[in-house]
Amino acid sequence: MRDGGGVTFPGARRPDRRYVVDSAGVGLAVGEWGDPDAPPLLLAHGGFDFVGTYDGFAPRLAEGGRRVVAWDQRGHGDSDRAALYSWAADLRDTVAVLDSLGDVGPVPLVGHSKGGGMLLEVAEALPHRVSHMVNLDGLPSSRAQPDRPDHERTRMLSGELAGWLDHRRAAAGKARRPGTIGELAARRGRMNPRLSEAWLRYLVTVGGYEDEDGWRWKIDPGLRMGGFGPWRPEWSLIRLPGLRMPFLGILAAQPEVMGWGTRPEDLEPYLPVGAEIESWADAGHFVHIEFPDRAAERVLTFLAAHP
Amino acid sequence: MTPTLLDHGRVRLALHTLRDGDGPNLLLLHPLAESSPATVPDDVAVWPGPVHALDFTGHGQSTVPVGGGYTAELLMGDADLALAHLGPTAVLGRGLGAYIALMIAGARPDLVRGAVLDDGAGLAGGGDSPGSVYIPPPITTDGTSPDPWALTDLSRDLRPADYATAFVRLALQFSGLDNPVSVAARFRPPWITAVAAEPGVRECSVEEALAAYASV
Repeated sequence: MRDGGGVTFPGARRPDRRYVVDSAGVGLAVGEWGDPDAPPLLLAHGGFDFVGTYDGFAPRLAEGGRRVVAWDQRGHGDSDRAALYSWAADLRDTVAVLDSLGDVGPVPLVGHSKGGGMLLEVAEALPHRVSHMVNLDGLPSSRAQPDRPDHERTRMLSGELAGWLDHRRAAAGKARRPGTIGELAARRGRMNPRLSEAWLRYLVTVGGYEDEDGWRWKIDPGLRMGGFGPWRPEWSLIRLPGLRMPFLGILAAQPEVMGWGTRPEDLEPYLPVGAEIESWADAGHFVHIEFPDRAAERVLTFLAAHP
Repeated sequence: MTPTLLDHGRVRLALHTLRDGDGPNLLLLHPLAESSPATVPDDVAVWPGPVHALDFTGHGQSTVPVGGGYTAELLMGDADLALAHLGPTAVLGRGLGAYIALMIAGARPDLVRGAVLDDGAGLAGGGDSPGSVYIPPPITTDGTSPDPWALTDLSRDLRPADYATAFVRLALQFSGLDNPVSVAARFRPPWITAVAAEPGVRECSVEEALAAYASV
């Protein structure tokens, strides 16, 4: 197995440093960009993404004077494939990475999609450790959220339950389907229709590995899109009014398959005092990939405005 | 007797046969932090066929995985591995196992020939709606059973009433049974109160429920 297919993308840069953080026995692959002595910023990716999806966005934050720390969630990217996955475990893993930064004081948290939702709960549980909260299209409305397995309000369809159980029955020994870089890029393109083929090909080479029979995504084949569970999207918002750290939420107005479709008016009842919410009319769900310069600039401006 | 080993992802589950023989199957699902009984419990003795018992992930002789991450849905998957091996069976769940018995009865209505929900540890879970967020610090585990992470995760998972009743409705619609779910539990957290009020759910003793399902 080797990674890195020699594919590059303009402005994309692999982490400057990589290491592993232990979370109760699960090894989490961490990547950092920027001056190791600069003030840290924690960056959380969305479901079925990985550190490499920040290869465009993170270096731009680092150039703005930040030590940017991201990690592959369990089962994603280069982190361990765990026996079990859950929202609660993802939150514990998040705190393990935060703890690994040492005595750095309150830290800005920036999360996309599922990662944004996770960081909201970290801020609610540990507000003393969070200086700023930035959420990139990770604020739910009551509509479906396809990249939040095990943590969304169920559509209780009999076929969906049976399909999930069939997947679990076959989970032992499951492998991802191999293919060429172009084939994997095309498959991912169906979930990321607004992203360029050049970017998707780059992602294959940082989020996949090459074996004798072709490339495969590194993500645990036991993980499955969709899913069901007792969680209701609005429950992710009920404690939002209690947050007191500076808060920036960016919503993506362009509808797409992985998108959340949340509108500013959906959030109005829940916004904390002083929250800044903006909807980007020209952006899809992956705002930081579509517009890395603008997204990084907006985050850095927000941090500078609330020193 | 040596248990049958079933692979659920990276977890190896132990399925025990407490009593072999002919007739309808009964599968026992244990409470939180317990494990399969060594012998057929007294209140199950009336069952006319084979009696099996599954150790959930992190319990009994099943794998204790690293790093936690338990959900009730995952344990429903455990139960489904047992169904894949046994074929049609009645299910008797206690505590946490009662919640899992309800879920699998709705999700595999063709295989679960009656679900009995009885008292036991882990019946309530973490209630029916979110409380304060708490992210527990790491637990040091040495692989012994029951897994402390299972106790942490499965005493905090939310069990909304309308989520539970959705499984009752699936069981009633697709099992072909008039009373696919029986509630014997006397402790009534919100989800089980709601389940007991659903059409197709009978409130009765374990013995009465088993007698009814034995003739299905």
